[in-house]
Amino acid sequence: MENKTRNWILTTVAVLLLVGFLYFADNYLDLYIVRILNVCAIYAILGMSMNLVNGFTGLFSLGHAGFMAVGAYTTALLTMPPAVKKQIYYLAPLMKPLDQINLAFPLALFVAGLLAAVVGGLIAAPVLRLKGDYLAIATLGFAEIIRVVFTNTQSITNGALGLKGIPALTNLWWSFGTAAFTLVVLRSLINSSYGRALKAIREDEIAAESMGINLAKHKTLSFVIGAFFAGVGGGLLGNLLGTIDPKMFSSMFTFNILLIVVLGGMGSLTGSIISAFIVTIANEVLRFLDESINLGFVVIQGKVGMRSVVFSALLMFVVLFYRHGLMGETEFSWDRLLASKICRRTRALFRKNLQQRGVDR
Amino acid sequence: MSLLKIQDVTMNFGGLTALRNFHLELAPGEIVGLIGPNGAGKTTVFNIITGVYEPTHGRVFFLEREITGLRPDLITKAGIARTFQNIRLFKGLSVLENVLVANHLHLKANYLAAVFKLPGYRREERRMREKALALLERVGLLELRDEQAGALPYGLQRRLEIARALATEPKLLLLDEPAAGMNPKEAADLTAFIKAIQAEFGLTVFLIEHHMDVVMNISERIYVLDYGMTIASGKPAEVQNNQRVIEAYLGVNEDAED
Repeated sequence: MENKTRNWILTTVAVLLLVGFLYFADNYLDLYIVRILNVCAIYAILGMSMNLVNGFTGLFSLGHAGFMAVGAYTTALLTMPPAVKKQIYYLAPLMKPLDQINLAFPLALFVAGLLAAVVGGLIAAPVLRLKGDYLAIATLGFAEIIRVVFTNTQSITNGALGLKGIPALTNLWWSFGTAAFTLVVLRSLINSSYGRALKAIREDEIAAESMGINLAKHKTLSFVIGAFFAGVGGGLLGNLLGTIDPKMFSSMFTFNILLIVVLGGMGSLTGSIISAFIVTIANEVLRFLDESINLGFVVIQGKVGMRSVVFSALLMFVVLFYRHGLMGETEFSWDRLLASKICRRTRALFRKNLQQRGVDR
Repeated sequence: MSLLKIQDVTMNFGGLTALRNFHLELAPGEIVGLIGPNGAGKTTVFNIITGVYEPTHGRVFFLEREITGLRPDLITKAGIARTFQNIRLFKGLSVLENVLVANHLHLKANYLAAVFKLPGYRREERRMREKALALLERVGLLELRDEQAGALPYGLQRRLEIARALATEPKLLLLDEPAAGMNPKEAADLTAFIKAIQAEFGLTVFLIEHHMDVVMNISERIYVLDYGMTIASGKPAEVQNNQRVIEAYLGVNEDAED
């Protein structure tokens, strides 16, 4: 019980610190850094939602970019002012009710999530009969279909021209707030009886079914909830970037999220969050790889796309030698952190230091 | 009234007939054994009862209700639970979670109630936990509740699998070679354990077993399968002395034939 109080206090302090940091970042840090932080939080949402399907339920699904596209386009279309819409739809005018609709951002995000969830539910029935590699191929195909459809529905998505001038409504509060909400909801789901059923399906489908678990229902549940949060994440991303087009949501995007999930640990939500930050920040730090590097005596010509090579190599390394990722299937907890080697050593060091100074505790 | 009735069931896999014109009736409260050489079709019988296979021909009734070809999870819900020949625990989950998963089918709260921890769900979760802990205590696994199921020694994994099946609150328990790989002492313990839970939970037990000590000791009746056909059935003593059973197990002595 004592630990529980301590953990509660630590969590509250951590949340307050985070809020304080966000306030500071929002007001004093430059836009470039704020934008990276936003992307971190959005990737965390996308990673967690993909982890629910791939890590916790054991469904190897690669359709995430499709759900993100649905979410991003929905939110963008619902939040863009009618005047802007009129301006960018010059090949074919936007469909009737959509050109006048203008919703508040949170409502638009929610609708985006719902729509992505509906799409997820529609494809779940045929696709979830498949297993393993076949499921991966089918979901990958689905995401491509969405992309092609979006490229060709000129009067809804503006086709290959994409959407420009999407209002920049995503800020640190929305992205981090949504990430926190996602974490709380998914954690609660996973620790519930439904979560146990999902994990049982991952462990052994045949045994799960013979324990009375309706496979179709539970797989669909996981898939639909995953799609919902992918849609919300896509919506946040669209309104952060300001421009979206169908090419953005190619399978490469799904693989980026997959890298986050695998690196963080399949079956660890907090792992996905940590690795979302690592991958996003590394993506910025490694930007120099895409440019020419002058070593004084020799100039290495930059190749655009060198960063992707690094990430591909990283993914291979993780899969080959470090399959559990950063967190494996465990979640971050204060108990674990305080019991960790580094923490114990730091405390021992402190104590020693105090004793040397002759201060007795 | 019969609890389970299998009527003239035939199961073909392509050109292979795994089971031919199989009949079976179980009365409530019985312990019945199913034996036969390897490949005789014993596990096929289990898979037909539990809905893993839909029989090519014939019907299965449970509590007077037809369950032929019903989905496995619905059959479990109706009150039939099973264990597997090669243990199929949820290896990565804890011992307690394994039992809790088997309780999930009784959950009434929907997933939203579960996510937002509404009072109705909380109450159910608490009850599930109490029941699971009581069951673990009964089977002697309470101290190990937080261990990973896959890390348990073999004998305890078998026991946990039975506990998990019991958690679905079945009327009929199907055990597929529960004593496989056990030494005589362990097998004897298991026999006593099965008898005890059968009485305690008011179960009907139908088991496949190769350990003759276990089957002969525990079963009130025995069915013998060979090449998909029932070659004998009756009390253990009768079956033991049946010429066809002896031939199926030991082979025919060709020299002595004429």
